[in-house]
Amino acid sequence: MSKQNKDKFTIAGRDFSSRLIVGTGKYNNFEETRSAVEASGAEIVTVAVRRVNVMDPNQPMLVDYLDPKKYTYLPNTAGCFTANDAIRTLRLAREAGGWNLVKLEVLGDQKTLYPNMTETLHAAEILLKEGFDVMVYCSDDPILALRLEEMGCCAIMPLGAPIGSGLGIQNPVQIRLIVEQATVPVLVDAGVGTASDAAVAMELGCDGVLMNTAIAEAKDPTAMAMAMKLAVQAGRAAYFAGRMPKKLYADPSSPLAGLI
Amino acid sequence: MIEISLNGACHKIDGNSNLMSLLEGLDLDTSKVAVERNLEIVPKSTYQNIKLVAGDRLEIVNFIGGG
Repeated sequence: MSKQNKDKFTIAGRDFSSRLIVGTGKYNNFEETRSAVEASGAEIVTVAVRRVNVMDPNQPMLVDYLDPKKYTYLPNTAGCFTANDAIRTLRLAREAGGWNLVKLEVLGDQKTLYPNMTETLHAAEILLKEGFDVMVYCSDDPILALRLEEMGCCAIMPLGAPIGSGLGIQNPVQIRLIVEQATVPVLVDAGVGTASDAAVAMELGCDGVLMNTAIAEAKDPTAMAMAMKLAVQAGRAAYFAGRMPKKLYADPSSPLAGLI
Repeated sequence: MIEISLNGACHKIDGNSNLMSLLEGLDLDTSKVAVERNLEIVPKSTYQNIKLVAGDRLEIVNFIGGG
């Protein structure tokens, strides 16, 4: 426990106590978004950057429900398929919000939403030069993850499974390799479907988990948000506790001595 | 009147408009949006000084729910 009490989560020089980052998309309404985000205990929320509806400027806005002074808004580049589109989007986000911390994702394929890593590397290089703190969604390739870290990205965020699939951590070996070599936070971003998936990511040594659909598309998003909060905490605690070695056969828990 | 492109659609405005008057006319809270003009970010502090000209391409964005 003592280890955990001192267990700070620092991204780009900012300290956080929650290791769960949640998305704000796919909810039925802003009340539901607010309720789920509150239950998750998240301090960072991802947001998308989109055109204002100039025909109806007075419709409710996300910022009216999630106070940007209370939550760290992490603008994403969801829907961007080129480095240029991602860079334009994040320059706008910086002007809209007034902060540098961003989530870079450049997608390569509509069906899988798998990241396009050549475009991602290109975009990261330019954004870092422009002073952005870049948290980067990436493939689970340890070589590329290290490259992104060496370039100066402040968090490495490999996918656990395709975005929105809820398939769980498909690549524990890759995630562990990335975690082992990293000196910046590693977060599983995408693929979590239920609480045990989040715990698996944390047990592998990840510094955090980023998710959206697993909460937003649960039957009861607020209840699932609470479950995810506990799963991330439980996974982190188990990681520190150090799991027992796996064995091929049974090993009785009750002593054999004194058996009648 | 002049024509500009606003979030991809044609938009007619007064010939003397600056960016601030356009945003106010649209009833937009400038603290919640960001503007790109002809692919260049417009700093919020300069909205008053940006005179709009025919053919300007503006993108006005805000934050929405996303993952």
